[in-house]
Amino acid sequence: MRIALTILAFLALASVPLWLRDPYLLNALITTGIFVIGAMSLNLLLGFTGQLSLGHIAFFGIGAYVSALTSLGFDVGLPGDLRLVHAPWPPIAGFVLAILVAGLCGYFVGLLSFRVRGAYFVIVTISFAEVVRLVALNWVELTQGPLALTNIPSIALPLPGFGEMTLRTKMHNYYLVLVVALIAYLLIARLVHSHFGRAMRGLMENETLAVSVGIDVTRTLTIAAVISAAIAGAAGSLYAHYIRIIDPEVFAFINTVTMVIMVISGGKGSLAGPVVGGLIFGLLPVALRPVMAPEAQWIAYGSVLIAILFVLPRGIVPSLAQRFSRRRSNAPALAPVALTETGAKEPA
Amino acid sequence: MTARNIAMTIDQVAVRFGGLVAISDMSFTVGEGEIVSLIGPNGAGKTTAFNVMTGFLTPSAGQVTYQGTTLTGLKPHEIADLGLIRTFQRTSVFPNDTVYHNLLIGLHRQGRVRLLDAILGLPGARASERKLRQKAGELIEWVGLERRAHDLAGSLSYGEQRLVGVALALAAEPSMLLLDEPVSGMNASETHRFVELIRSIRDRGITILLVEHDMPMVMTVSDRIVVLNYGRIIAEGTPEVIRNDPAVIEAYLGHGAASA
Repeated sequence: MRIALTILAFLALASVPLWLRDPYLLNALITTGIFVIGAMSLNLLLGFTGQLSLGHIAFFGIGAYVSALTSLGFDVGLPGDLRLVHAPWPPIAGFVLAILVAGLCGYFVGLLSFRVRGAYFVIVTISFAEVVRLVALNWVELTQGPLALTNIPSIALPLPGFGEMTLRTKMHNYYLVLVVALIAYLLIARLVHSHFGRAMRGLMENETLAVSVGIDVTRTLTIAAVISAAIAGAAGSLYAHYIRIIDPEVFAFINTVTMVIMVISGGKGSLAGPVVGGLIFGLLPVALRPVMAPEAQWIAYGSVLIAILFVLPRGIVPSLAQRFSRRRSNAPALAPVALTETGAKEPA
Repeated sequence: MTARNIAMTIDQVAVRFGGLVAISDMSFTVGEGEIVSLIGPNGAGKTTAFNVMTGFLTPSAGQVTYQGTTLTGLKPHEIADLGLIRTFQRTSVFPNDTVYHNLLIGLHRQGRVRLLDAILGLPGARASERKLRQKAGELIEWVGLERRAHDLAGSLSYGEQRLVGVALALAAEPSMLLLDEPVSGMNASETHRFVELIRSIRDRGITILLVEHDMPMVMTVSDRIVVLNYGRIIAEGTPEVIRNDPAVIEAYLGHGAASA
C-alpha cells in the first residue's frame, strides 16, 4: 500500500516535464526539488534523532562551493609563498567531492557537539554556518567573495560508448534532481528501517534505556550527522551546477528556516513528510506571486504555515496517516503499524 | 555457601555528592549464577550502587570489577557490551514504539551489521534482520506479552511495562542482570509470576542482583542478601540469617524493636 503510493507519486512527478512546458514553472520545480533533498537530509537528523540542525544550509552551501570550485579550478596563495593550484575537473567529480567534503564537515560538527547535544548542537550548527558564510564572503581569492563564482559548468554525465551528455536543458536537470531525490529517499528509508535506524529511535525516545541496552550515543548521532550532511552537500552541488552562479548569500539563515518549515509542516520523522512539505512551501511563493503584492505574499505564506500546524499539529503526513489508520482500525485484523508513522507522536 | 566463581566484586566503593554521602564504604561480591538482593530502607544508597555498577555514576573512591574488567571510566554502553545489563526503577520502555519494536531496539547488541550492508540490503544484513525478528517474538512469548505485541509500549499497564523492561534487558544478552525494584506496583499474582521469571532467568545461567522493597519476595527468591543502611553494609547472609539479624530489624523497625 505504502510502496504502491510511493511508486505512484514518483511516476506522477516523473511525468511532469512531459506535459508541463512552461520553463518558469519547471525552473520552480527544479529549485524546489533541490530544497526537498535538503529537507529530507534535515529530517534524518530532526525527525529521526531529535537533533535540530539550525545551520543545515552550511552543508548545502559547502557542497555548492566545493562542487563549483572543483569544476572551475582555482589558484590561491597559502601562507609561506605556497600556492594551491587546481585545474578544472569534470562537474561530476565535483558532485562526488561535494558529498564527501560535506559529510566530513558533518562528522566534525557531530563530534564537537554530540557529547552534550540538544541546545549545544543547535548553537554549534548555527555558529558553523555563520563561520562558513564569513569564509565564503572574505576569502575572495578562492570564492570571489560577494562577486560570486560564475560560469559554473552544467553537470555532464559520462555515457560509456557515447561520450558525454551535458545536462543543459530544464528537462535534463529536472530528471537529474528527481533521480538524486529518489536515491536520497531510498537511502534514508533503508537507513531508518535498519538496525541503525532503530538505535536512533531508541535514543530519541529514551536515551538512558537505549544506552543501557548497549547503544553508543555519540557514534549513532555522528553517523546520522555525516549522512545528513552528505545528502545536503549533494543537494548543494546540484544547485551550483543548475543555477551556475554561487555567492555567499546561499548560506543565509532564511534558507535553513525554509528547510525546517518544509520538514515540520510535512511531518518530521516521516519519510514522505519533507517531500510533501517541501513541495507545498517550495511552490507556494510561485503560486502567490501572480495574485498578490510581495508584502502580502509573505503574510499569506505565514498564514498557510500556521493553518497547517493548527489543523495538523504533527505535520501533514503523520496526521493524515493517523486519521486514515484510525478509520480502518475498526476492521478486525489490524496489521502492525509501520515504524515511521506511529513514532512521530510527541511524548505526553 | 558453596564455592562459586566470582562474577562481580564491589571493592570499597564510596559515592559522595558534595557533602552528602550516598555510599560511605561498600564491599561485597556476587558469585556466578547467584541471585543476590540488595535491600535497605529508602535512601540507603541502593539505586546509587546500581548507577555505579552500570557506569551512570563514577564512584568517588573504590572500584567495581566485573569478570576481571575494572569498570571505572567505562561508559554505560561499554559496560552493557560486557554483558552487564540493568533495568530501571521507574518504568522504562520506548513508549512510542510497539512492544515488538521495543524488543527490536533492545536487540541492538545482537544485530550489529555493517551500515553499508544494511543500506544495500545485502543477504547478511537481511538474515540478521530475520533472526532479530524471530528473537523479538521469542522474548515476547517468554515474558507472556504475546497479545500486547503490537500495542504501543507506553499504553501498557505498569506491570506489563516492567515485563517489557525485563525483556529489553534480556534482549541485550546479559551475563548478569541488575533489576531495580522490578515488582514495585505489581499485585500479588503478578509478583508471583515475576519470581518464577527471575528463577527461569537464573536457570539460563544469568547472575542476578536485585534491589527490592517487597520483603516476602526478596526472602523467597534470594540466595543471599546484602543489607544497606545510610550508605553502609550492616548485614550480609542467607535469608534466614538476615531475618534474625538484630541490626537489620532495627534498621527497618527502629530502635527498641530488636529487644522487644
